[in-house]
Amino acid sequence: MVPDFLVHEAADGVGVVVVEGLEANQEITGWVMKEDQTITVKILDAIPIGHKVALQDFAEGDTVIKYNTDIGKVVAPIKKGEHLHVHNVKTKRW
Amino acid sequence: MDKQFYGYRRENGRVGVRNHVIILPLDDLSNAACEAVANNVKGTLAIPHAYGRLQFGEDLELHFRTLIGAGCNPNVAAVVVIGIEPQWTDRIVQGIAQTGKPVQGFAIEKNGDFNTICAASRTAMEFLQAATEKQREQCDISELWVSTKCGESDTTSGIATNPTVGNAYDKLYEMGNTLLFGETTELTGGEHLVLARCANDQVRKDFQFFFDRYAKVVDDNKTNDLSDSQPTKGNIEGGLTTIEEKALGNIQKIGTKPPVVGCLEKAVEPTGPGLWFQDSSSAAAEQVTLCAASGFVVHFFPTGQGNIIGNPILPVIKLCSNPRTLRTMSEHFDVDVSGLVRREINLDEAGDKLLDMMMRTANGRLTAAEALGHREFIMTKLYESA
Repeated sequence: MVPDFLVHEAADGVGVVVVEGLEANQEITGWVMKEDQTITVKILDAIPIGHKVALQDFAEGDTVIKYNTDIGKVVAPIKKGEHLHVHNVKTKRW
Repeated sequence: MDKQFYGYRRENGRVGVRNHVIILPLDDLSNAACEAVANNVKGTLAIPHAYGRLQFGEDLELHFRTLIGAGCNPNVAAVVVIGIEPQWTDRIVQGIAQTGKPVQGFAIEKNGDFNTICAASRTAMEFLQAATEKQREQCDISELWVSTKCGESDTTSGIATNPTVGNAYDKLYEMGNTLLFGETTELTGGEHLVLARCANDQVRKDFQFFFDRYAKVVDDNKTNDLSDSQPTKGNIEGGLTTIEEKALGNIQKIGTKPPVVGCLEKAVEPTGPGLWFQDSSSAAAEQVTLCAASGFVVHFFPTGQGNIIGNPILPVIKLCSNPRTLRTMSEHFDVDVSGLVRREINLDEAGDKLLDMMMRTANGRLTAAEALGHREFIMTKLYESA
């Protein structure tokens, strides 16, 4: 089956949407590549191709993990299924 | 996979995959004469660029290294150099002559454009006719120097396209190829992963030096957190959120196997096989030009949102796995690995697909960027001219 989103590793808090046209409140299916697992999540926003879906709730100040590595800090609360991007996550560098 | 290809063996033993006769300006003032020569002699290639006047110190040395390196590249059969005055022109000529390839310089002062163009055109025509008689000969895959850089990346770059390059790099490393990566600031957030791959303490020390030096440039000149520049607007449109996320995707290009055997200044050639880091800008045309100036003959360029860069000397092979990008700008891509995100192919198959296109390119197939006339030759400038 063609996945709607991909996750690098099970430890990651985000998935990457790899199909076009997803709408809010859809139940979507993802493939966790490293562990070869299939998971599902209900998305709360329309998330464009290439953009990330939160796979857990995040509070302000939390660290976002992708590639099992720190990719930045949460600057506005994020619910599982919401669009996670520059409006709610920022770099810890520079 | 066939491990032999047909390339051009040069006087110094290196192997090229193209047979260009280039008309190389020393400086910005000489672009017009170079373009006139290339117009007179069909099949030659002018390499216009923006600099070469009143540079000094390390910035001037880099200018010379870049131009001499471009002329020395094995994809180049012969070189006509044109400069405003004879002394710096001759410095470029002498540098390129070390390879044993035909090279001749012309200066515009005391001659004017007309006489310079006339004399340089006669030489360019001789060089071209000799070069076009040169035959390709059978060469081993390990003789290909392969460089990489990604551009207008998005999340599909880190998840599929860059790992495809990494898979190909793993295989090329085992065959003994010379490999290069760079993009210093774009390793920010993943620098510990590169350090862990360094072959020994000296390489680790060198990498840290280059990384810290570039970080200081950012710190000294930034007016914000660089969130308008790195990631780029295109990266953000494609779903990348932070420099750390972009860097972790970027690093996928170096695969999992090759240790980093050495770190190089900009436009300096490696001295042996294996994977090398070269300090560089992360701007595509600047980095690819440095790769050309460092002797690399084939380039892997994964993109997410569709960077369309090419180079006049170094064939740039574009690969992409973003289905929307592949659909909306298909003429720019050589290798479609979108099967990875649909789970139709695995990474090993994607890597083989890229290597197959590398061999076809080495045998003479024009890349999309070559066919579309993308010849971005961009000098890296370190600071203001005097």
